[in-house]
Amino acid sequence: MTPARKSDAFGLLVLAGLVGLAIAFTHAEVRERLSGPGLREKAALVERLELTDLALFTDARYARHPSMADRHTPFQDGPLSMEHFPSGSLVLPPPHLRPR
Amino acid sequence: MSLVERHRNILDFAISSLARRWKKNLALLAVYTFTVFVLASVIFFTEAVKREARAVFQGAPEVVVQRLMAGRHDLVPQAYVEGLSRITGVREVRGRLWGYYYEPSTGANYTLVASGDPSVQPGTVAVGRGVARTLLAEKGDLLPLKGARGEYVSFEVARVFSSESELVSADLIEMHPEDLRGLFGMPEGFYTDITLKVRNPKEVTVVADKIRRLFPDTRPILRDEILRTYDSVFDWRSGLLLVIFAGAVTAFIIFAWDKATSLSLEERREMGVLKAVGWETSEVIAMKSWEGIVISLAAFLAGVLAAYLHVFVSSAALFEPVLKGWAVLYPRYDLVPHIDPYQILALFFLTVVPYTVATVVPSWNAATVDPDLIMRQ
Repeated sequence: MTPARKSDAFGLLVLAGLVGLAIAFTHAEVRERLSGPGLREKAALVERLELTDLALFTDARYARHPSMADRHTPFQDGPLSMEHFPSGSLVLPPPHLRPR
Repeated sequence: MSLVERHRNILDFAISSLARRWKKNLALLAVYTFTVFVLASVIFFTEAVKREARAVFQGAPEVVVQRLMAGRHDLVPQAYVEGLSRITGVREVRGRLWGYYYEPSTGANYTLVASGDPSVQPGTVAVGRGVARTLLAEKGDLLPLKGARGEYVSFEVARVFSSESELVSADLIEMHPEDLRGLFGMPEGFYTDITLKVRNPKEVTVVADKIRRLFPDTRPILRDEILRTYDSVFDWRSGLLLVIFAGAVTAFIIFAWDKATSLSLEERREMGVLKAVGWETSEVIAMKSWEGIVISLAAFLAGVLAAYLHVFVSSAALFEPVLKGWAVLYPRYDLVPHIDPYQILALFFLTVVPYTVATVVPSWNAATVDPDLIMRQ
């Protein structure tokens, strides 16, 4: 059945969007509840191997382990070496390295 | 006529009016949806990474002590382990052995860690999924790694870490401490860094101060700092976010500016005709407001839903080339989805409200002018 009026069609579109949002919220809630074992597995690995960082970036050491980096690390390739790894421009230095 | 019925009629007319300029409005809708999509994707992705890091690093070392020499990390001698053990309040001190390995055949960097785990015997390794993928190695295969003296040492893959743990283990190669020392040529009695546990968690900062005083060439890093790293690592000031936000905001300002300054002659004439046939100024403004609401609400809902699917169903596939950088090895991970009503509201007020306001203001100006004057233009 096609809606008789354009406003009805728009109402249906908004309703569909809101239902989509509700599904997204429900999906997130369900996945969050089911994520327990996976998160515990990661946490156990972190504890056993004493890991400190996520493996999000593997091109530069200060992006692979940002929490272990210090202010010198991007420049260790040479005294005047500019920071040149793409991932270096994505991550900020951790808060404990920033000027207070 | 009831207020609802009146607005339904106005909305009908507004949609017809949008349909008459469908090419322009479709382009507007596409750009607007893309802007919302990008902003929402970034917000969903960064929040999910932060939450995941917060959850998994609760068990990270309480304090990591690094030794620095000439601005570089240096190996820590066993004497430091003993010295740190004598600090009051320190419970357990362990030397950590780890390092980076560049694999020339694949161009990938791996993180090698030593553990005393009985499942990893000398001559065997446990590898992350990313390592297994890049080297096409599975359980039972031999993994040749080039040692410090140039010789290749083969290790048997005893285990491959699960794909669920890829976000922390993708590039890991876990091996026996003696194997790691042999491979890197690391002398006995030295460690990469030191981890320690503190009896009373409230005394961690006091212990860190003592470490700095007793060993001035070291740098203690607290677990709290590790956790806060991921709270701020994708801060809005970081390169990626700044570029995306700047691009999105600029696009948005252009939209709003275009709307605020350039009601087309056709649109102005339409408003003149409406007023000439008896529409009230308030009805003309309501019609223009509905036009703005239709476009912005449709773009907002489509953008947010597409962003959710992008980040949590396709694992942020569009961000992969950006996040990958020069890395050969990139983890495949499914972030735990999380949407916060606050995020959605913030996005709504950042995108829908300004656009709708930007649509109404010029319409107000045009709607209050004499219709005769508008139609003669």
